[in-house]
Amino acid sequence: MVYRSHVLICNGTGCTASKAPEIMARLEKELAAKGIEKEVKIVKTGCFGLCEKGPIMVIYPEGATYCHVTPDDVEEIVNEHLVKGRIVKRLLLGDKDVEDVARSLDNVGFFNRQVRVALRNCGVINPENIEEYIARDGYAALAKAVTEMTPQQVIDEIKKSGLRGRGGGGFPTGLKWQFAAKEVNDVKYVCCNADEGDPGAFMDRSILEGDPHSVLEAMAIAGYAIGSNQGYIYVRAEYPIAVQRLKIAIQQAKDYGLLGNNIFGTDFSFDIDIRLGAGAFVCGEETALMTSIEGKRGEPRTRPPFPAVKGLWGKPTILNNVETYANIPVILLKGADWFSSIGTEKSKGTKVFAVGGKINNTGLVEIPMGMTLREVIYDIGGGIPKGKKFKAAQTGGPSGGCIPASHIDVPIDYDNLIELGSMMGSGGLIVMDEDTCMVDIAKFFLEFTVDESCGKCPPCRIGTKRMLEILERITSGRGEEGDIEKLETLAESIKQGALCGLGQTAPNPVLSTLRYFRDEYEAHVKEHKCPAGVCKALLKYMIIPEKCKGCSLCSRKCPVNAISGEVKKPYVIDQSKCIKCGVCMETCKFAAIEKK
Amino acid sequence: MTEYVTLTIDGKEVKAPVGSTVLEAAKSAGIRIPTLCYLKDINEIGACRMCIVDVGARSFQAACMYPVSEGLKVITNSPKIRETRRVTLELILSAHEKKCLSCARNLKCELQKLAEELNIHDNRFEGELQHFPIDDLSPSIVRDPNKCVLCRRCVSVCKNVQTVSAIETIDRGYKTIVASPFHMPLKDTPCVNCGQCIVACPTGALREKKSTDKVWEALANKDLHVVVQTAPAVRAAIGEEFGYPIGTPVTGKMVAALKRLGFAKVFDTDTAADLTIMEEGTELVDRIKNNGKLPLITSCSPGWIKFCEHFYPDMLDNLSSCKSPQNMFGAVLKSYYAEKAGIDPSKIFVVSVMPCTAKKFEAERPELASTGYPDVDEVITTRELAEMIRESGIDFRNLEDEEFDDPMGEATGAGVIFGATGGVMEAALRSVPYLLTGKDDDTVDITAVRGTEGIKEAEVEVAGVKIKAAVAHGLGNARKLLDKVRSGEADYQFIEIMACPGGCVCGGGQPIQPAAVRNEIDLKKERAKALYQEDKNLPIRRSHQNPRVLKMYEEYFEKPGSHKSHKLLHTHYTARENYPEDKC
Repeated sequence: MVYRSHVLICNGTGCTASKAPEIMARLEKELAAKGIEKEVKIVKTGCFGLCEKGPIMVIYPEGATYCHVTPDDVEEIVNEHLVKGRIVKRLLLGDKDVEDVARSLDNVGFFNRQVRVALRNCGVINPENIEEYIARDGYAALAKAVTEMTPQQVIDEIKKSGLRGRGGGGFPTGLKWQFAAKEVNDVKYVCCNADEGDPGAFMDRSILEGDPHSVLEAMAIAGYAIGSNQGYIYVRAEYPIAVQRLKIAIQQAKDYGLLGNNIFGTDFSFDIDIRLGAGAFVCGEETALMTSIEGKRGEPRTRPPFPAVKGLWGKPTILNNVETYANIPVILLKGADWFSSIGTEKSKGTKVFAVGGKINNTGLVEIPMGMTLREVIYDIGGGIPKGKKFKAAQTGGPSGGCIPASHIDVPIDYDNLIELGSMMGSGGLIVMDEDTCMVDIAKFFLEFTVDESCGKCPPCRIGTKRMLEILERITSGRGEEGDIEKLETLAESIKQGALCGLGQTAPNPVLSTLRYFRDEYEAHVKEHKCPAGVCKALLKYMIIPEKCKGCSLCSRKCPVNAISGEVKKPYVIDQSKCIKCGVCMETCKFAAIEKK
Repeated sequence: MTEYVTLTIDGKEVKAPVGSTVLEAAKSAGIRIPTLCYLKDINEIGACRMCIVDVGARSFQAACMYPVSEGLKVITNSPKIRETRRVTLELILSAHEKKCLSCARNLKCELQKLAEELNIHDNRFEGELQHFPIDDLSPSIVRDPNKCVLCRRCVSVCKNVQTVSAIETIDRGYKTIVASPFHMPLKDTPCVNCGQCIVACPTGALREKKSTDKVWEALANKDLHVVVQTAPAVRAAIGEEFGYPIGTPVTGKMVAALKRLGFAKVFDTDTAADLTIMEEGTELVDRIKNNGKLPLITSCSPGWIKFCEHFYPDMLDNLSSCKSPQNMFGAVLKSYYAEKAGIDPSKIFVVSVMPCTAKKFEAERPELASTGYPDVDEVITTRELAEMIRESGIDFRNLEDEEFDDPMGEATGAGVIFGATGGVMEAALRSVPYLLTGKDDDTVDITAVRGTEGIKEAEVEVAGVKIKAAVAHGLGNARKLLDKVRSGEADYQFIEIMACPGGCVCGGGQPIQPAAVRNEIDLKKERAKALYQEDKNLPIRRSHQNPRVLKMYEEYFEKPGSHKSHKLLHTHYTARENYPEDKC
């Protein structure tokens, strides 16, 4: 059937939460009311990436991208755009005054600097329809692998591509496969780590929601390469949409004979099952993940033996992250040379980042390795709201660190980030402006780790807790001489002594903020001041007498009656009563209140 | 043939077998690496991070887990390693309730020892200390999570060795705690009270429920006739509490000490062990002859009995109906002995000294009171007896040996070896020929059932009757054996099961040997030696030849399996539900 228009509506988690399903329902209703339901096709897609502007709707052939669409906008879109052919300018993404309205996504700053490999199908196809995936060359790579290539050739191609693990560690994927392939065993496993847990990161979720078949296809290819017939996807139960689409995708792939026995008529058989995680961060660690799949308490164990030798149920196992897998089919189809032409010397291809924090375009972006942080923040991310100054970016989540403004022009790749004391991580990128207290940030990440430590080894279980206690002391104005040094001692010991990657990297947020912002720590400890004005206990709200007109507004708004004075004379804040809520400062019309 | 690799530890070339760990290789080269959670064959998880070494990796690795390899270069001692170990230990101590002076494990605590070894004199990292309720509702075991260092030895022994899993690590991060499912008190779980967790614990987080106060109280009560019985395994190990080498029998001194403590009579449980053989042997012969339920499984070990009630309720009929020697003895004391000595049984207070924490639970079983009084009034462990001896100021090492009291102070070698795995089986097989045919055969030593192998088998033929026997010690081994019986894969006539690995000599109430000793010496083997040595030296080595026992039958019980003996010496069992809903 040929349609004259295609309406793509994002059904990622974000847009679903902002009523995408309701928009779809309204659209169906309006189209039917106009009698054009057979002319216009509604396509439920995965994430476009521009979550800040969601829900997103794209209408082809014009390529008009509408943002912040509400169910109430649907009638207008149908009447104007789909019936009369007039673009609804007020909903268009980007500059609304420009006449050239038919901008496709590629022409928007947010998109035109991106290189979408892993996200190639996200927002483009209906993830619940295998034929749309196949139409975009889906399963062609698997076909090529099992019918034209030997397992070793597949591994060689992946090795040659330079692809490194996108889950955080950056281990060369081809090498990992090679290790597992070398093991002689009747039973081997292919696992997919979809236990995305970094605060604010949602790359893997978006891929699973937007393009689940790319992961299934890659896992089958991996199975062929290492000699495995069974795959497991370990995915968080908190990702219900992703889980649902994976289930649909697995069933469809089985129905099409793309999973199961004798794939493409060969001897190769491969099946995939889903295992749900209960949301423990540590289960993203490979040994903990496999222990959890086995039905035990999700805790890491010591290595060696490495999973490639003894993994799931003691069998040789490879474990790759969702985004890593999403790259695999493209590499086989377009070739290792094509893939390795993108990126830097040691970091090939692209990386997806979940950009958040103090930035205009919050969302998901895929950039070629080697792009600078500045380009990501200003060209793609649209800069920092309210024209504030960039202070630092946090990458690598709770295992990572901060990159300060002085390094904003460093090309992003695995090795540069490590050198700067951070890491690529799974791709969380949190932008911080001048109003951010770096001690407070370190505390935030440590709170997360303390909460998520599995409790197996003392350095992580107790050490991170003690570090957090020190940070709590510092940020509440009770910091003592020697606290910073204690933090450093603990950090170093935890890094060296903890059992798993989670523990070993837990001190990184503190170490990296200490490296670049030690003066802020010292200000908290020695002067009992928070230079960014964030740590409440260290703040004082003061009325500047010269500016105060004595209007009494602040005194009337103060919830604890801490402000007193005589009308038309400067008022005074009683510091013993003040709870530092900041209402007075917001209320004052003369900027006569400051916080120090 | 063992293959070897060569590695370098602290600059020294070391040859080590393939598959061994850096810790073992270092040990063989005379290099000591501190450990805490490591307990050989039981808990090898690399959790405590005390044994970290530098193998050239990104971070330090646990020597107890890291495999040796050709050319591996290991550094075990550097400023950074020492500092990291210190910080880790200070952290552990910061989360530990340091009431050392009033702790059950004071001066015997592995954590304390480690702190001393690593020269921890102050703690840089004190912080929030959690307060957990103490679980002391079990009659056998007290759990104090405030002293727990989460080394998980107890969890491993309960889960992997005993396959009971009454405790696990629960919650996570700083709130991690070793606890029972749903935080139930131990007494409501399938915990079998074996106490293997206690002897595995490096600190005072696990201990027996103390009964010493009640014993002191009874001893001070002039109205009571307080008698004591001691199990065979006690004499094989209590010497360790007083500095004797492991495996030294100290029977005479133990008896002397008990008399000094003020017990009216000091009896030997072994006498009841011989009585058990008479009853159980007769039961076996009866079941074989009359197509009774087979295999017959021994019932001496109360940990095993509770295990069977929880996990193999369908096999309760296989259990011998004999009470354990402890309770047989109690019943004898409050019937036969009371009558003979002319003492009102209500005034007889029976204390037993046991290598076992499960005996405390057994003594509280309501069905074990066939005289109208509890068979046994109080049970103390070997450790508790040592405490009482020390508290009384008795100079144990300089005591003159003394003899058990009559009329129940004589035992045969068969009764003595009850304390080691295979002992009950061997004792029974020494008497079965007589019980079957009225004649003894020539063999006394039945070595096939001795030793520390988890499951042992023997086959004897008596008067044309073949008896296939099996012995299991440690409940994990018992489970393997029973599963075979259940599935019909095995057809034994007689099975001995002891809950504790090694049998009673390594019971949960025995002196606690630290990991440093247990990792080097097989306690099971060494302690058993003491018993087999005593057996060998005794003039009578078959239970049915024990003159005291024969007299008892003559004067009171008539014959094994009589109506009277069934009333007093036998019992029954109850299927128990695991995690009943109303308790969860």
